[in-house]
Amino acid sequence: MTKLLRWPSTFWRALFVLILAGGAYATYVRAFYGLGASTNLSDQFPWGLWIGFDVLCGVGLAAGGFTLAASVHIFNLRRYKPIVRPAILTAFLGYMLVILALLFDLGRPYRIWHPLVMWNPRSVMFEVAWCVTLYTTVLALEFAPVVLERFGLYEPLKWIRRVMIPLVIAGVILSTLHQSSLGSLYLIVPEKLHPLWYTPLLPVFFFVSAITVGLAMTIFESWHSSKAFGRQLELPLLDGMARLLAVLLLVCLVIRFLDLARRGVLALALEGRMESWLFLLEVSLATAPMLLLFRSRVRANPSALYACAVMVIFAFVAHRLNVSVTGMQASSGVEYVPKWTEAMVTLSIIALGFAVFRFAAKYLPVFERAKEEPLPAPEPAAQPASELAPGD
Amino acid sequence: MSLAVLYDSTKCVGCRECERACSGKWGLPYNEAIAAREVLSEHKLTTIVTRGERYARRMCMHCNQPTCVSVCPVAALQKTEAGPVVYDEKRCMGCRYCMLACPFQVPVYEWTRTQPKVKKCDMCFERLMAGKPTTCSEACPTGATITGRREELLHEALHRLATNPKDYWQRIYGRREVGGASVLMIAAAPPEELGLKANLPQHPLPLLTWQALSFVPDVVGVGSALLGGVYWITHRREEVAAAEGRKPGKDVGR
Repeated sequence: MTKLLRWPSTFWRALFVLILAGGAYATYVRAFYGLGASTNLSDQFPWGLWIGFDVLCGVGLAAGGFTLAASVHIFNLRRYKPIVRPAILTAFLGYMLVILALLFDLGRPYRIWHPLVMWNPRSVMFEVAWCVTLYTTVLALEFAPVVLERFGLYEPLKWIRRVMIPLVIAGVILSTLHQSSLGSLYLIVPEKLHPLWYTPLLPVFFFVSAITVGLAMTIFESWHSSKAFGRQLELPLLDGMARLLAVLLLVCLVIRFLDLARRGVLALALEGRMESWLFLLEVSLATAPMLLLFRSRVRANPSALYACAVMVIFAFVAHRLNVSVTGMQASSGVEYVPKWTEAMVTLSIIALGFAVFRFAAKYLPVFERAKEEPLPAPEPAAQPASELAPGD
Repeated sequence: MSLAVLYDSTKCVGCRECERACSGKWGLPYNEAIAAREVLSEHKLTTIVTRGERYARRMCMHCNQPTCVSVCPVAALQKTEAGPVVYDEKRCMGCRYCMLACPFQVPVYEWTRTQPKVKKCDMCFERLMAGKPTTCSEACPTGATITGRREELLHEALHRLATNPKDYWQRIYGRREVGGASVLMIAAAPPEELGLKANLPQHPLPLLTWQALSFVPDVVGVGSALLGGVYWITHRREEVAAAEGRKPGKDVGR
């Protein structure tokens, strides 16, 4: 328990305060002087870091929630149960932060609800808006048992458990739809996005890469929480996930190269232009962890496993930023480099994510209780296995 | 009734009266500095582009199947039956997807404002409805920009290309680009030499996203059935195991 309450070192705390101070100033500039003063966006380059990283990467990095909920509650892979709660917490926080980032990026943030009442079903953005709204609600309900348990509210807990399976199914479908649709957003710019990234398969890539990075994120946060809270790392579980991660990376890379070859643009990778180097970087960041994770020695070593997860996360971020920022650069005719205020907002949002996760993990029953602690559940103890909530 | 604008670059003398009149209509300040910057911006919604002895005009093309209309999540942009693509600022939340998606890079944003709007040429929709030509057509002293019915202007453009074949690049910009537009342009040189987008497909771009979106009902239907089915199977095994008095295996669903 004493370890559980340990605070991070002074260095991290100081950095955290510094980032938030910068973020607060950037927020002030954004709110009172507009997008022009707070970003380097322009008519030629209307979407930058906030959409490219905070939204596109944020939604993808939160994909562990739906994959783990499905594995445990639909596919009945019960040994993964201990990491479902942290994954759902990450997903829920992730989506809240994405919405927060959107409030910065939208020209008129107070109209964020407009797509819910002013419909245009032909718009990919409309579909994404609806899916994200619904899925955030689903995530809140999926995470609710943790909060209800903490405060001993067993009556509503029973109600939520009853609808949990339909909720999980809805969550998987909504996620499939909007994870892929984030890629479909860019289907409309065939002549603007560099051919190394523009492909009719963009929705497929965004979906498969989201599932892949969801696994990497789960490994990443298991490692971090084991450090922070002095818990044992769930190595046998992580081994199973690492195997799947290696296979998914292989699948991603095979589709990636088949697609490039079929469209006849593989040679662009060796042109020596900025795009070629970024492509090679992205591909090597995915290939290295794939090769490593196929070795059992690597999977059994926590540090190596962690390094692989980080590489996968970087590969994923590289791909999404290449689609949304660097791949759009050449056709736009302008150079876009994020302004420091843009970077500050993004860093603040990441910092906030870490802080809130830490706070929730500390005060809510997110991680499995230690064996010696008695179970404080008087009433719903006799739940049949089939009605377990994702939070369980 | 489908109205259109025809711009004939060979008749244009680069006097920028169209720009000045357009700015006047929108209540925007117009001065030499703004005139000298040949880009669309919140300060001017049409611009003359100078390429040596030749001129081109940039403005909203008012596509027949506009990309901006299809991408807007709140339907703030609409293609009217008369031809113009119009913008309703009260709906717009400022996602700027229209700006990203527009193949002609036309919509611009009020970056310096805290309550910004998207801005673009609306082909003087209200004037057209009143039976008047667009402001730029009225202001043009040489007849380089004219307003009329699309079929008639198309006919006129073809006629000019045929009667003076040496003076024109033999294609009409806006006739087939991304499925055709309500603004037609003819010139002595191909579009890429005049600073206009040249690598555009002939099919309407909204088809690309519509193909992806049409899978939504399939994902919902097949997804629910499949996941529900998997759940039923994986948990059925447990029920059977329980009925037979066995303990369920560790990973029953595998």
